[in-house]
Amino acid sequence: MSFWTRHQIFEKNSIILIVGILLVISIGGLVEITPLFYLKSTIEKVDGVRPYTPLELAGRNVYVREGCYLCHSQMIRPLRDEVERYGHFSLAAESMFDHPFQWGSKRTGPDLARVGAKYSDDWHVTHLINPRAIVPQSVMPGYPFLSQAEVDPDTIADHMRTLRAVGVPYTDEQIANAGADLKAQADPDNAGSDAFTKRYAKAVVRNFDGKTGTPTEMDALIAYLQMLGTLVDFKIYNEKANLR
Amino acid sequence: MSQPSISKSMTIGESGLAVVFAATAFLCVIASAKALDAPFAFHAALSAAASLAAVFVIINRYFERPAALPPAEINGRPNYNMGPIKFSSFMAMFWGIAGFLVGLIIASQLAWPALNFDLPWIQFGRLRPLHTSAVIFAFGGNVLIASSFYVVQKSCRVRLAGDLAPWFVVIGYNFFILVAGTGYLLGVTQSKEYAEPEWYADLWLTIVWVVYLLVFLVTVIKRKEPHIFVANWFYLAFIVTIAVLHLGNNPALPVSAFGSKSYVAWGGIQDAMFQWWYGHNAVGFFLTAGFLAIMYYFIPKRADRPIYSYRLSIIHFWALIFLYIWAGPHHLHYTALPDWTQTLGMTFSIMLWMPSWGGMINGLMTLSGAWDKLRTDPVLRMLVVSVAFYGMSTFEGPMMSIKVVNSLSHYTDWTIGHVHSGALGWVGFVSFGALYCLVPWAWNRKGLYSLKLVNWHFWVATLGIVLYISAMWVSGILQGLMWRAYTSLGFLEYSFIETVEAMHPFYIIRAAGGGLFLIGSLIMAYNLWMTVRVGEREVQMPVALQPAE
Repeated sequence: MSFWTRHQIFEKNSIILIVGILLVISIGGLVEITPLFYLKSTIEKVDGVRPYTPLELAGRNVYVREGCYLCHSQMIRPLRDEVERYGHFSLAAESMFDHPFQWGSKRTGPDLARVGAKYSDDWHVTHLINPRAIVPQSVMPGYPFLSQAEVDPDTIADHMRTLRAVGVPYTDEQIANAGADLKAQADPDNAGSDAFTKRYAKAVVRNFDGKTGTPTEMDALIAYLQMLGTLVDFKIYNEKANLR
Repeated sequence: MSQPSISKSMTIGESGLAVVFAATAFLCVIASAKALDAPFAFHAALSAAASLAAVFVIINRYFERPAALPPAEINGRPNYNMGPIKFSSFMAMFWGIAGFLVGLIIASQLAWPALNFDLPWIQFGRLRPLHTSAVIFAFGGNVLIASSFYVVQKSCRVRLAGDLAPWFVVIGYNFFILVAGTGYLLGVTQSKEYAEPEWYADLWLTIVWVVYLLVFLVTVIKRKEPHIFVANWFYLAFIVTIAVLHLGNNPALPVSAFGSKSYVAWGGIQDAMFQWWYGHNAVGFFLTAGFLAIMYYFIPKRADRPIYSYRLSIIHFWALIFLYIWAGPHHLHYTALPDWTQTLGMTFSIMLWMPSWGGMINGLMTLSGAWDKLRTDPVLRMLVVSVAFYGMSTFEGPMMSIKVVNSLSHYTDWTIGHVHSGALGWVGFVSFGALYCLVPWAWNRKGLYSLKLVNWHFWVATLGIVLYISAMWVSGILQGLMWRAYTSLGFLEYSFIETVEAMHPFYIIRAAGGGLFLIGSLIMAYNLWMTVRVGEREVQMPVALQPAE
């Protein structure tokens, strides 16, 4: 019996055909995905990476909702021009608490993996309201509506609990204080800001949008943008130890 | 012929589905009342209304139908079920025009950002997923469902399995599109490209997709032909693999059962790998395997020639589905994904060139002895040119997956150009060709209203594609080169915004190309509409059918 005759078993039996298809399509995915969950070299060992603060998390949700990832990557490749333009290439560890990841696939605008602390809060507010007020050639949409929308401090703990269930190491203390922390990060006069900065290393407390009252989505988004890429101190990062 | 009178009663399917939909409506009303956010309340209300409408339609259909369900055969000939095919063909045309229009709008927004109007609902970041989902899943998906329901019946010579099930598939699928699309405009997204719909839409799609698989599979099992036709292998691989990909990429935990927001189970690097395993195989199995099935049925049918090589189609099938699944990591070259995964992805992407071109050769060579038909039949020309575009973009793809090439092309418009040479040239044209065949067949018409209009559509759309992809090639390579350009003193030569400014003329050319493509689809919609309205009915000739073996 030739190969072609033997193949008729697939051509004449739909269930065998389906089983054949399932086997053939499983191999590639199993080989490429499964090791990423257990190979220790997959994610580098670094100090400083922590889960997002409540306000940063709310800002990240705005970033996801408005589809920022469609024009901005958060993944600096180890190429000479990118490292000079944006900073140290991105580490896997820097996005290990990202559900979902925001690496992006297109740079209609510049990479944002290390945009944190590059521009002032004022710059971001003006730029988000009308990008062309600062960069005349920009093709980015304006997001003035973010200044009007308030962030709900009461539900953010539920978000953090959900994230903890999928593997983000939020502590009980962080979840218990989520609502208060969300307000404290956008208000330097808040009595709780000291306790807040103890709970989240390197977190910045500022009135990001310059307005008083409940934090707005503008506050949240800028808090998120201002922390991007600032957690790992590359002066003490041991590159050789993490060669892969 | 007098039918023995039987007492009329509801089938288990009718009564069961009516009860399930009534219960769903009740639950959706509660969900709408308890909703935590406005989009979720809207979607729950929409689902409640749709469920009530379904209950009404099912019961009304029962009252209006004769006591017996439509027979599987009439006078020894299969009684083919064309209703769901007509519905899906119509929806394909509708979503196609909508999707091309949104594409034109977002292309114009990139050229003239004032068109975002500072409004949340119509800014680029929310419209772009609407465009991709409308063209891939709404237009492409309806073409695939319509054509698969047609091909599986004809090539198995049996009536489509199920009575309500095929209708559940076509209407349920389009309801999923409606929920997903309105969700994007309201800011409901999980931000995974081509898998943006949130958890509840994903759950609904899973149900619809399982029923789709069952309808297709049971029809194949009931077949009167000993062999399963080649096109059905590809349809089956498409349906099964999309189910696997959907389940693998989308597991997510909702923040609340009454809110739209969820967090995906995978994080960081694993999420990236799952996403592009899914993303590239949405290309491989939705936009390739499914449409290759169309190629394997409609080109031989229209050219009236057998498939060039049966053995080549066997090799094509297994090699294609085995290799495609490995190709995902080429979307993550030079990222934080480990090198071994990137290299594997690149290797298999290059190998993928071979089965792709094997399939192209099989499609093109089917015209052996019938090449003259390209002069007289613009529908066949459309189908054949689609295969040529398939060959072009499946050469370009492996080339772009080579890491060195990718270091230039990634993050630029070159990717967008590559996608559109495949999407407009291959998927678009093969779909148009299939619909031009399918509409006269399903509505029982002698032929199309006007072949001249098909000719116009062909040339207007081809010109549009050429403008589109050449503009994106130039802008992509130009921007990639500008990003890495250094002055003689060793400084980066261009600031980022200078490279954005340089894109402006190409964005205008691209929008013009997209506009032409849209005009072509409007010509097509008019032509199909007139075919259904004024086309001459075909008289069925009774022909004795013999199994192929």
